[in-house]
Amino acid sequence: MKGNEVLAEAAVRCGCDGYFGYPITPQSEVMETLMELQPWTTTGMVVLQAESEVASINMLYGAAATGKKVMTSSSSPGISLMAEGISYIAGAELPCLIVNVQRGGPGLGTIQPSQADYFQAVKGGGHGDYKLIVLAPASVQEMNDFVDLAFELAFKYRNPAMILTDGAIGQMMEKVELSDHKPRWTSEEVRQKWGSWATVGKVPGRPHNVITSLELDSGKMEVNNLRFQEKYRKMEAEEVRFEEIMCDDAEYILIAFGTSSRICQKSIELARAKGIKVGLLRPITLYPFPRQAVANLARRAKGFLVVEMSAGQMIEDVKLAAFDAGLSLPVEYFGRMGGILPSPDEVVEALEEKLIKK
Amino acid sequence: MNVMNISDIIKPENLVYEKSKLQLNTIMHYCPGCSHGVVHKLISEVLEELGLQERTIGVSPVGCGVFAYNYIDIDWQEAAHGRAPAVATGIVRTNPDKIVFTYQGDGDLASIGAAEILHACNRGENIVVVFINNGIYGMTGGQMAPTTLEGQVTSTTPFGRNIDLNGYPMKITELIAQLPGTSYVTRQSVQTAAAVRKCKNALRKAFQNVDQKKGTSFVEVVSTCNSGWKMSPVQANKWMEENMFPFYPLGDMKDSEKNAPVSKN
Repeated sequence: MKGNEVLAEAAVRCGCDGYFGYPITPQSEVMETLMELQPWTTTGMVVLQAESEVASINMLYGAAATGKKVMTSSSSPGISLMAEGISYIAGAELPCLIVNVQRGGPGLGTIQPSQADYFQAVKGGGHGDYKLIVLAPASVQEMNDFVDLAFELAFKYRNPAMILTDGAIGQMMEKVELSDHKPRWTSEEVRQKWGSWATVGKVPGRPHNVITSLELDSGKMEVNNLRFQEKYRKMEAEEVRFEEIMCDDAEYILIAFGTSSRICQKSIELARAKGIKVGLLRPITLYPFPRQAVANLARRAKGFLVVEMSAGQMIEDVKLAAFDAGLSLPVEYFGRMGGILPSPDEVVEALEEKLIKK
Repeated sequence: MNVMNISDIIKPENLVYEKSKLQLNTIMHYCPGCSHGVVHKLISEVLEELGLQERTIGVSPVGCGVFAYNYIDIDWQEAAHGRAPAVATGIVRTNPDKIVFTYQGDGDLASIGAAEILHACNRGENIVVVFINNGIYGMTGGQMAPTTLEGQVTSTTPFGRNIDLNGYPMKITELIAQLPGTSYVTRQSVQTAAAVRKCKNALRKAFQNVDQKKGTSFVEVVSTCNSGWKMSPVQANKWMEENMFPFYPLGDMKDSEKNAPVSKN
């Protein structure tokens, strides 16, 4: 199945209550698949084509604030349009899932795959100090698995979660084992789980629930911000996920996520055939970033090559992680932009050029 | 001398008016003379009379009405500027048993949120929209709104709204009445006791429609912003009657007995 189609299947199977979206290449198959599946006739899941990305993210806000499990998907320019709504959702501490099937930018850019929205995803993206939980799948299987995981984390922390993928994985066809069907939460379950904060209807015996990000009293607004920051520190302590491939004996480490990590796996084979001991660190959570894993590898590696389909964004977090651990080693970047995928050979050449020959 | 004390006054047989149980005891932040307080009271009364408190979710806007949630004892969501109809769509689509309404001003609804309100009404979302039209941005200090009248002085039209420069005042309610998703579209006001009674009837009808899943019911309330207009409350009411009402005539624009198309999604 295609990555985008799997997102739709996974949504229905994990008991999602609603999808609100707007067409944009290269992710339109998500809503198209959902419309074909007609989940409102089976699980009762709502699927609605909104008038814009601005509207769809605000539909998410409304539904999420009632304790429902809801999601949207879009691609880079559409995510920019959603930035306002995502900031409000983070500020109001609402759980939901946003999928970004990235394409090349800036502007209208290209419809080909890219990873140039890394900063936007992991640093917040909209206004104010906030973080999204960001998961980066590297296969169609992970497109399936991360939908449920993203919802689990979103509700655990009352925080928006993002699946940051790209047009390559969205359009790629691979074998996949779909998750089993989980029933949607009943109204009673929602009331029990989230009734302390969700707008499920005011009942006698509790004050009315108000979902808002507004607080004009600076003192209270700072307290809110401190609470958010405490939550983010907890995520950083407990939710980091990453994968290490052939790092045990590696002298050089490639660091890449998503599509570029798939390419790097081939590069490792090519490099090892040449006798270069190289491994791969693949961050799975881009926020919280696997800083400790980077530091651990920095203690014993001769150098890092960060491979990205952007001008080099994640490399800043890699350098910070090493620097904060008091470690100094060469950290180089290689990447392609504008919708072009790096080839495995190019990565090995860059490794030799930038790290080994020096 | 027979002196009445408070326990005599509050005897049931002496009761002529009671504050709605849904009105919270928050001190009003609205300026004296502002129409918001009256409309809040009417919504509280209607929801209480219809027994809808536990089923209703309100969506407040950006603007002076942002704090509507401080005054009415129901669950509330505060939306981004102009996005209340999208937020309400998300709520009602995933919670079709709920009574959902938005409360929006003219800048919120007719300017920055024009797309959201038109599409929500066109889809016939089963919601009530309460539209406060006072022809000005109140909260930000009295700037021009889409509904500001020609020649009207605001802080961004200090020499009066000039059509060549600023375009025409927008009759968005007339536009909305054209959309097949709306079942009831009306324009009311609250400057006299009689007007208040009529407006309450309109709001009651709107909430009953939504309870009966009749699609979108839209109640505009032509209102005063005496602070923004730089008038006394009495002057503001007079100015509204003389200038706003001729351009924004009161009354029902649409009252479809037939059910508007409502999605079963």
